[in-house]
Amino acid sequence: MWVYFLKRILQMIPVMLIVTFLVYALMLAIPGDPARALIGPGESLDEEQLEYIRKKHNLDKPVIVQYGIWLGKAIQGDLGRSTQNQRPISEELKSRAMVTLQFGIVAWVCAIFIGVPLGIVSAVYRGKPIDFFATIFSIGGVAIPNFWLGIMCIFYFGVVLGWLPTQGYVDIFENPKEGLRHMILPAFALGITSWALIMRQCRSAMLEVLAQDYVRTAHAKGMLQGKVVWVHALRNALLPVVTVFGLQTGRIFAGSIVIETLFGIPGMGQFMIQAIFARDFQAVQGSILIMAMAVLFANLITDFVYAWLDPRIRYDD
Amino acid sequence: MTERTAPWIETLFRVVRIPQAAFGLVFISITFLSAVFASVIAPLEPETMDFDYLLSGFSAEHLLGTDQLGRDTLSRLIYGTRIALLVSVGSIGLGVFVGVPLGLIAVYFGGWTDDIIMRVMDSLVVFPSLLIAVALAAALGGSLTTIIIAIGVANVPWMARVIRSQGLSIREMDFVAAAEAGGMSHARIIFRHILPNSLAPVIVQSTLSMGYAVLVEATLGFIGVGVRPPTPTWGNMLYDAFPMLEQQPMLSIIPGLAIFLLVLSFNFVGDALRDVLDPRLKGITH
Repeated sequence: MWVYFLKRILQMIPVMLIVTFLVYALMLAIPGDPARALIGPGESLDEEQLEYIRKKHNLDKPVIVQYGIWLGKAIQGDLGRSTQNQRPISEELKSRAMVTLQFGIVAWVCAIFIGVPLGIVSAVYRGKPIDFFATIFSIGGVAIPNFWLGIMCIFYFGVVLGWLPTQGYVDIFENPKEGLRHMILPAFALGITSWALIMRQCRSAMLEVLAQDYVRTAHAKGMLQGKVVWVHALRNALLPVVTVFGLQTGRIFAGSIVIETLFGIPGMGQFMIQAIFARDFQAVQGSILIMAMAVLFANLITDFVYAWLDPRIRYDD
Repeated sequence: MTERTAPWIETLFRVVRIPQAAFGLVFISITFLSAVFASVIAPLEPETMDFDYLLSGFSAEHLLGTDQLGRDTLSRLIYGTRIALLVSVGSIGLGVFVGVPLGLIAVYFGGWTDDIIMRVMDSLVVFPSLLIAVALAAALGGSLTTIIIAIGVANVPWMARVIRSQGLSIREMDFVAAAEAGGMSHARIIFRHILPNSLAPVIVQSTLSMGYAVLVEATLGFIGVGVRPPTPTWGNMLYDAFPMLEQQPMLSIIPGLAIFLLVLSFNFVGDALRDVLDPRLKGITH
């Protein structure tokens, strides 16, 4: 098992290098002079100043050298300064990542505690009304645009009923009650796709497992239905669910871009959008880098959990 | 009785027998026809402003109401189908035309070619599609072409992965070895033997991705980095409608429903195609 882990971590290194290079290369996609893009809009620069900026940011060197220097700095936590407020981008991202992470964790935890049981129940009671409603939920949840669901929640729970706040963020550790109230709508709008996907995966995996011989054997031995489901079937049914989790991390991060803007939450996604509109290029780069690294890390964890749940994988490799 | 129908017609017949898929196909067809004949069926031009009706609800003059500039919601919705479909077809087309050849090359030549291509694809997959699309759309600027490129790039690695995983088993088949032994050229083997036999999952994946492309396009429009206004797109409509949420919620509800139904339709058809073409396939979602 440890050999597998080590191998998997080593495999990640080339992927990490390519990922960081792609993040860096995004700058090359911007039309026009990168030196101008780095300074941000609104500044008129003469040729001499541009030359100075190129030197300072190593833009006069070959791309691969530029990338090397940038990566070296990034590893040390230096992502440059935001052109919006001159603060170091890494500091800004650190405080904002905590906010985004909170929403991500809530959305995930809900996904486990809603998606998995719902999937199991609808598989066990296949064809019954509860299965019907759960299936409708899962089909709708995948197709609904997150931000539109957010708008509808703002309208219904905020405007019509006036039950929940629809804007802003309150630190959950300082004021747990208000923090939670501010969190419900955005976390719901952000998480629903994941809940639906996990429910769906869990249902189909469970159906497959319940049809297996060893489950029938357990039944034949006189084991209680509940025990069969929770002890024998669940572990195997969780495998595809774990796969979905890995993919969903990225989706939740990407979703936070629009959900945070919609609900006025000062997280990483909102920072990235603000940076895009301010043409604060290094800040965009930094945000994408952090999100990509988080997804890579989540994929690694997914693989580890997978290997732990399913011993076959360890020996295959 | 003995006459054989073309396989794709048979597939189509089996797909439309699934009720959800039939609904999906009907809705996609309506959307398609609306896009083609927008100028004929839309009651007004999408940019025409009627200052007697600002933020009006449903009325005989404006069936689905108007926005804050007095523009007819129904007309904008109908014209909006054009961007939705162009972006979804265009971006998936791009994903297929770049991703499929890459996947085929990887699977056919194997070894380090495979390693290099697939490591790059693995790295692209690390970026959530929406993130790639937002970043590229912001960097390139919001025109129809750049939005198609932005969403299309995100589709490339998925297409490459899908065709590669299917092609792996085809590559090992005897008829491929026979073709190689017979001196057939690489390109001919890839296009005559491996491609046609690996196409089914690509078709399924493309249909499902089209729904997702509609979602991403609308999201880009709503964030404000999509196809620039005044072009009527569903995302732009939601962007304009959001500040008016309290005064006229219908403006936000209608385009959102349209997006939801179109995405749902693509998903229904995609799921049905998967069931018909290859029941073993599990959904690959990004």
